Amino acid sequence: MTTATLSRQTGAVLWRNVALPILAILAALLVGALMLTLSGFNVAAAYSALWSGVFGSVRNLGEAMLRATPLILIGSGIAIAFRCGIWNIGAEGQFYMGAVAGALIGLTAGNLPVWLSIPMALLAGSLLGGLWAAIAGWLKVRLGLNEVVTTIMLNYIAIGIVGYLVTGPMQEASRYNPQTDEIAASMVLPRLFPGMRVHAGFVLALILPVLAAILLFRTPFGFALRAVGFNPVAARHAGINVNRQYVLAISLSGAAAGIAGAVEVLGVIGRLYENISPGYGFTGIAVSLLAANHPLGTIFSGLLFGALTTGAELMQLTAKIPSAMTFILQGLIIAFLVLFRAIQERIWRQG
Amino acid sequence: MEWIVGLQALLQATVRMATPLTFTAVGETYGERAGVINIGLEGLMLIGAVVAYAVAFTSGSIWLGVLAAALAAMVFGVLFGIVTITFGANQIVAGAALNLVGLGLSSFIYRAFFSNVTDRAIQPLGSVKIPLLSQIPVLGPVLFEQNLLVYIALLLAPLAALVLNRTMLGLAIRSVGEHPKAAETAGLSVVGLRYGAVAFGALMAGVGGAYLSVAYANQFVENMVAGRGFIALAIVVFGRWSPMGALWASLLFGFTFALQLRLQAANVQIAYQFLQILPYVATIVAMILLHGQSAQPKALGVPYTERA
Amino acid sequence: MSEQAPRLRLAGISKHFGSIQANNDVSLEVAAGEIHCLLGENGAGKSTLMNILYGLVRPDAGKIFLDGRPVTIHSPHQAIELGIGMVHQHFMLVPTLTVAENVILGTRSLLSLRRLRESVLWDRRAIERRVGDVVQRYGLKINPGARVASLSVGEQQRVEIVKALYRGVNLLILDEPTAVLTPQETTELFKTLRSFAASGLSIILITHKLHEVMEISDRVTVLRDGKVVGRRTTCETDMHELAGLMVGRDVRLTVEKTLARPGAPVLMIENLTVVDDEGRRLLDNLSLQVAAGEILGVAGVDGNGQRELALAIIGILRPTSGEIIANGQSLIGRTPRQIADAGVRHIPEDRQQMGLILEFSVADNFVLKAFDRPPYTIHGLLQPSAIIAYAQTLIERFDVRTPSPTLPVANLSGGNQQKVVLGRELDSRPRVLVAAQPTRGLDVGATEYVHKALLAQRDAGAAILLISTDLEEVLALSDRIVVLYEGRIVGEVPGDRANVQQIGLMMAGVQGAQSAARQEANMNEV
Repeated sequence: MTTATLSRQTGAVLWRNVALPILAILAALLVGALMLTLSGFNVAAAYSALWSGVFGSVRNLGEAMLRATPLILIGSGIAIAFRCGIWNIGAEGQFYMGAVAGALIGLTAGNLPVWLSIPMALLAGSLLGGLWAAIAGWLKVRLGLNEVVTTIMLNYIAIGIVGYLVTGPMQEASRYNPQTDEIAASMVLPRLFPGMRVHAGFVLALILPVLAAILLFRTPFGFALRAVGFNPVAARHAGINVNRQYVLAISLSGAAAGIAGAVEVLGVIGRLYENISPGYGFTGIAVSLLAANHPLGTIFSGLLFGALTTGAELMQLTAKIPSAMTFILQGLIIAFLVLFRAIQERIWRQG
Repeated sequence: MEWIVGLQALLQATVRMATPLTFTAVGETYGERAGVINIGLEGLMLIGAVVAYAVAFTSGSIWLGVLAAALAAMVFGVLFGIVTITFGANQIVAGAALNLVGLGLSSFIYRAFFSNVTDRAIQPLGSVKIPLLSQIPVLGPVLFEQNLLVYIALLLAPLAALVLNRTMLGLAIRSVGEHPKAAETAGLSVVGLRYGAVAFGALMAGVGGAYLSVAYANQFVENMVAGRGFIALAIVVFGRWSPMGALWASLLFGFTFALQLRLQAANVQIAYQFLQILPYVATIVAMILLHGQSAQPKALGVPYTERA
Repeated sequence: MSEQAPRLRLAGISKHFGSIQANNDVSLEVAAGEIHCLLGENGAGKSTLMNILYGLVRPDAGKIFLDGRPVTIHSPHQAIELGIGMVHQHFMLVPTLTVAENVILGTRSLLSLRRLRESVLWDRRAIERRVGDVVQRYGLKINPGARVASLSVGEQQRVEIVKALYRGVNLLILDEPTAVLTPQETTELFKTLRSFAASGLSIILITHKLHEVMEISDRVTVLRDGKVVGRRTTCETDMHELAGLMVGRDVRLTVEKTLARPGAPVLMIENLTVVDDEGRRLLDNLSLQVAAGEILGVAGVDGNGQRELALAIIGILRPTSGEIIANGQSLIGRTPRQIADAGVRHIPEDRQQMGLILEFSVADNFVLKAFDRPPYTIHGLLQPSAIIAYAQTLIERFDVRTPSPTLPVANLSGGNQQKVVLGRELDSRPRVLVAAQPTRGLDVGATEYVHKALLAQRDAGAAILLISTDLEEVLALSDRIVVLYEGRIVGEVPGDRANVQQIGLMMAGVQGAQSAARQEANMNEV
């Protein structure tokens, strides 16, 4: 037992959190390239479009930041849940519920001063998202129901609720399209830079991960949460209320997804309709996993995936490659990441 | 008596809608009994759906499409197995990755190869009337006037149950999911058995997805599986990890799907979204009602290293 | 004597795991019909050696000869084919399957068209009859149709033996088989083993119990730190010599202990009952008292309520009825944290599962029960410097070997991990200490340390409840001993005049053992 063990530790941590994600991304791009070639597409054109979609222009960077906003918010929340050992696969539904709350306030609170109405909307979003997640948390601790299945079911239920609302009680006055009216102009989140769509929500996306990180690593609550995630039996023996940690962790996770939904409505879309989320909830899971479930890391992985989405759209525009390519790349990145991490674990244990 | 006709149509639809669930859930039952949980069923079903459609469309043979779908899904299942069994990676995360890949790949393939095609429908799989049995009042047409894939699904469940409970292979699979170390010391190959079970499960999910595109909708629509892969996971739980239980639970869910469609068509005064979410609500309700009945295999989800 | 090759010969077996050399050039021989003991402490390499023989582990070097023929064993399947059977310390039985199903597991091909008849189990009854025949032939008394989960520990071990016999072994390995048996059951087992040996079966018995070696074996090989340090014919040696070989130094077989000065009762348990979901009484109207400055040893075979007793006291398990009082306060209904704060601390029987968060640092594990209080948390924020400073003091006081307090505690050896637990629990000067299997899996040095620490706490006035299945440990440390059987206290004896035979009878639930024990103790006094 020497300092050799200590430096081995640090080395392993660096590998795990920096080198492996990079390798996983490269591996995914490689397999993606293989796939494109087999399908008869021009890989060079495809990936150069992907690249310029990210770094091509300042405007594209702004787009990446825009797309990253909900991903970072959701990802930070998922990091909290996963660190507690509770599998929140329901961020999609929690996002939608947050969007509902945001739209509701956005439609009704236009007369209030901005410093009141916007925080209200965000708060409402987080509350509704958190509550939606708490349902699954409660079912888990009270009845032992597997949260993977319940959160997924709640996703579909939330989507159904949104569909009902925008064709019913919350539908626009003209009753023409399945969408709400526009939210009050005063409540639209301001743009950060002229000529780009990225909005003030991005600032929130930089703040929330910091708060989440402080919560996880500098508070007793976070200590207890991580203890439960590693070893619920020992945590219980140590006097930690394991059930309470589970419910709170998933609720916080849902609250983050809920804020993301409210932010999306206030910042980009300006109203509520069906399908405002192209799978943010699931991509958010990928974002957190890529960041090794560390909230600060989700800023980077969120930007990466945001850039990937922008790039994929450009890829579709210029190289005619279906934008569904992003999902494939996301899935491959996670698959390789989890594979490489498992391999590293094996090597480290035998070393 | 027209309500009997209505009931009959409803039950017929029930059996039809249960079929993709049955295939997938029976397959996943085997995988979970062996100790591996695969939440990537949705992705596998999508892959099955698009491959079956593509192959059936280009070759003109539906059965070739189904076969191709089964093999394609099995390949992905084996890849999933490599990551989770050989390398012991987290099964939930790997399954999530599989879903993403399946979603993206199915949309990709469809858009890349079929976006320019104008006439995308394929010949539907005809129903086969079983003589005599289909004449039974009420239940006859429900059970014996369906297409071949439905019959296969209905026979698959009891056959799978038989193999699982009454053969050495089934015994081996069951032991591997409960106490893999015991199985290994008894001379069995935990890795081999798990690979087999996972491959079988993936194959079945592929067939389930194939059914949706070539025997039910007769076309492919992006994301057409609509959560059935996840419902199959819940079905395994209520079926208490038994193939026959999976069959009954699948029929139950098939019923909610069929009911939802029928109520919509009959213009019943409920917003159609509430009917749409009926299966998912039913899932949670059923889970609540059956909570605490744990027949869950003890080693489920836990990676195993041979010769530790 | 004819020059016949021995049943088994291991030559130069070596195996390393990471930086640890588990087996170092080990050679040994076992003849047909011989009972051979493999003796050594925890970590000496006995299990590794046998796992190599059984095909679970591949050796780095060395050869294996069966009846003179060299063989390589790649898997348990091969080992079984070669006639080697193993009864593991932790049973390799699938609880949800029946005895017969467990026995035939892996004995027939899984998927073969030619042998289709074999692989389909149409006739359950025929299989059970076949297994029953083997059971009968060897006099082992178990019901082939019973579900393994419903069997007692002794019965389950017999199922393990049947598994090996069913496959027709000629070399049977048993890994610490008596760890879960009463002295009487052990006698039964040894009788069975002797009859097997008489019929030509070779037996290797892995053990760390000296008296067993003397009782049952023909020859013994002693391992220490992965090497063979001695081979003896049992009748030509004695426990003292073997102990010396096992440990490498002159061993004091008893621990130094001053006379106890017990004070007033501090822990009082009255009519404690715990009933599980299936109606079984895991604790049955149990009553006991522990005084300050006293060690009360709770002896008994594992599975008679030890775990429930410990968990009920520390607040993890809610008893069905009864009262637990510590320092005049009732503990019933309190949370584990409240109970710990009241001065009732716990050394858990499974440190890695219950006592430590392996991924957390050593320092974090030290404050596991105090992290949300000052000085470790101030104004809602953790104070890492305070935590580490505290950890440093404990590392020093409790001699924890670690290069840094920020290292994950998983990196520490078993003994040092237990010291972390000790440090955390004992630093607060507990009034009541529940120590469950405190030296499980520890080597002699660490065991000695733990025993000294417990005695020191006792001398400082703590009331200690020592729950241990290691009878030698209980006898060495306790001032008073009670025996736990099926959830009840079935007897009590003073610690210094205890008679192992009597305690063994009580552990097996024999009626009248208590009065006999008292009589004997009184007689010895005279």
